Amino acid sequence: MKTKKKLHYLLLMCSILFAAVPIAQAESYDYPIDDPIAATILSTPPQARASLPQTIRVKQYQTIDIFPDRDVPEVFWYNKEMLYSVAYHKEKAPVIFMIAGTGAGYDSAKMKMMQKAFFEAGFHVVALSSPTHPNFIVSASSSGMPGDIQSDAKDLYNVMEKIVQKSKRKDLIGDFYLTGYSLGGTQAAFVAKLDEDRKVFNFKKVLMINPALNIYDSAIKLDKMLTDNIPGGMKEFNAFYRKLMNNITQSYVQGDFVDLSLDFFYSAYSEILPSTEEGEAVIGFSFRISLANLLFTADVVTNSGYIVPKNLKLFRTDSLTDYCKVAARGNGFSEYVENIVYPVFKAKEPGLSLRELVDQSSLRVLENYLQKSDKIGLVTNADDFILAEGDVEYFEQVFGARAKIYPRGGHCGNMAYTDNVAYMVDFFKK
Amino acid sequence: MKTKKTTSIIYLLTLCLILALVSGCASKQGSRHDEGLKIIQAKKPVSEFVNKDIIYAVDAYDPWECFNRDMYMFNYYFDKYVFLPIVSAYEFILPDYVEDRISGIFNNLGELSNLTNNILQLKGKSTAITAGRIVVNSTVGLAGMYDPASKWGMPEHDEDFGQTLGHYGVGAGPYLVLPVMGPSTLRDTSGLVVDTAARTAMWNWAWDDVFDNVSGSNESKIRLAVDATEAIDARHNISFRYYQSGSALNMT
Repeated sequence: MKTKKKLHYLLLMCSILFAAVPIAQAESYDYPIDDPIAATILSTPPQARASLPQTIRVKQYQTIDIFPDRDVPEVFWYNKEMLYSVAYHKEKAPVIFMIAGTGAGYDSAKMKMMQKAFFEAGFHVVALSSPTHPNFIVSASSSGMPGDIQSDAKDLYNVMEKIVQKSKRKDLIGDFYLTGYSLGGTQAAFVAKLDEDRKVFNFKKVLMINPALNIYDSAIKLDKMLTDNIPGGMKEFNAFYRKLMNNITQSYVQGDFVDLSLDFFYSAYSEILPSTEEGEAVIGFSFRISLANLLFTADVVTNSGYIVPKNLKLFRTDSLTDYCKVAARGNGFSEYVENIVYPVFKAKEPGLSLRELVDQSSLRVLENYLQKSDKIGLVTNADDFILAEGDVEYFEQVFGARAKIYPRGGHCGNMAYTDNVAYMVDFFKK
Repeated sequence: MKTKKTTSIIYLLTLCLILALVSGCASKQGSRHDEGLKIIQAKKPVSEFVNKDIIYAVDAYDPWECFNRDMYMFNYYFDKYVFLPIVSAYEFILPDYVEDRISGIFNNLGELSNLTNNILQLKGKSTAITAGRIVVNSTVGLAGMYDPASKWGMPEHDEDFGQTLGHYGVGAGPYLVLPVMGPSTLRDTSGLVVDTAARTAMWNWAWDDVFDNVSGSNESKIRLAVDATEAIDARHNISFRYYQSGSALNMT
């Protein structure tokens, strides 16, 4: 009797302990950077990162000619074929496609990190550049002007199909999965929706990481982070830039650093970017560089005559510095959409307003689908500044338990953090 | 005899290079538009939207832009069809472990340049650490194959003559893309020439020492093999790829 009672207690204790573990985990989240701006710029400090292998078996610099008959403008001769990479196992395994964020290539730091994590978890991993990356625009975008996500999703789908067709070992290909971060996360949802009709991949699971709810609104917020935070306005940008470089040099010279490593940036961050405004400006600047590339590339490919004269043929050795100046100054995402994308859509559908066009790229269009589709999950942060007020609540309402909201991490800053990587991998393994 | 052959190969390569460059910059006179299509001014033309009175952050000192763009292109082809295939073969044949040991050896040899340039910049602590590294890694680290010095608190202090010039206030000078070596500046190119000359002098001296004791005429062959391995090892350690950003605006 006594033994039985003891056993009872023991079981009870155990059940309390086990029950307590998940609760404790939900409450404690130890990602080390509190400020969303700093988190976004610095991402995850090395000691807090998920431990991943240094190198994996990956075929780099893979190319595929998506449109063999396309005449590529001479100035983009090196972008005729689309670049991507594949991490592969030598036995049959599920395949996961990853879509990069705005302006990022298939080999960006975040993509490489995710590729390693999924490869370790037993997936073949195909890394794709963002449809806004110049290489993708020139080689794989059917319109040459990304931004309308419904069209971008079709381009991505086409690319994925061609990559699978090109594979020499189709016998090693298992089920298909899909993920993407930032704009790539938003696009993943549209690709998943498209797959419901086309049924080529029948994705088992789809994970959106830090997606934009409405890409247009997010992009305008990022534009403002640059233009509102340069003291004296954009015409003083060079002074701001020089000060930034000077801060880096000063902290480097004063500190006892051996090289410009991540460690240096972590410890010198507050000296390099003493105020939040400067941090915001740097994020906005980084976005602006991607945007200038997107704008220039789309302008040339579509022959829109926005910055480069219409019908002018640029040669391989032409100086492009002046075009870069025009593209980067005074042209935010809204100017890009208004001047390059919108006119084309308006020509086809005269009654279409700009707002109607950009709302077609909002995740709200897919609300019913996202609500009902159990295979789609979402990860974001409560302090992700690309989202508007109420967006996080909207995600929670639409996705329910399939939305994982971390208390901090800014925009994609915590992606490489141990807990985040574990969650991301678990989502696909479950 | 062998040396003569390699020199002539180098001459031939140089000639091809010059031809490629000359034809590239000269070919700018082609038609700027397709027949029947008129060039129409842009909506935001450069003439109106570039403010000549301000300096832009993107304004780099690049007076030889046409040459640089040509050279960049030449390097892309050289990389794609000559350099990278050799590096891939090297990586395919050797296990990573062996590659890392080879890198270590060449890196250790490169410490001599770090040492002289730390001395020239009068950096006492870095000089001491670099000297310590050479001693430790050459002995305990088995000629640099391993790097115990870094683990013992003696990290590498990378310096070259270009940095030494910069240290004494020499400006970077124009941007310059070098054949095969890739993007640089005029100052760093001068630095590279000095570092290479210093190294070659030292190597000559060391090689003579070795080959005085060995009979036979394989010296040039062996030296060529070592130089080639060094070049392959260097490329193997650089992940940079030409046109990698995909952007026509900011290429490097």
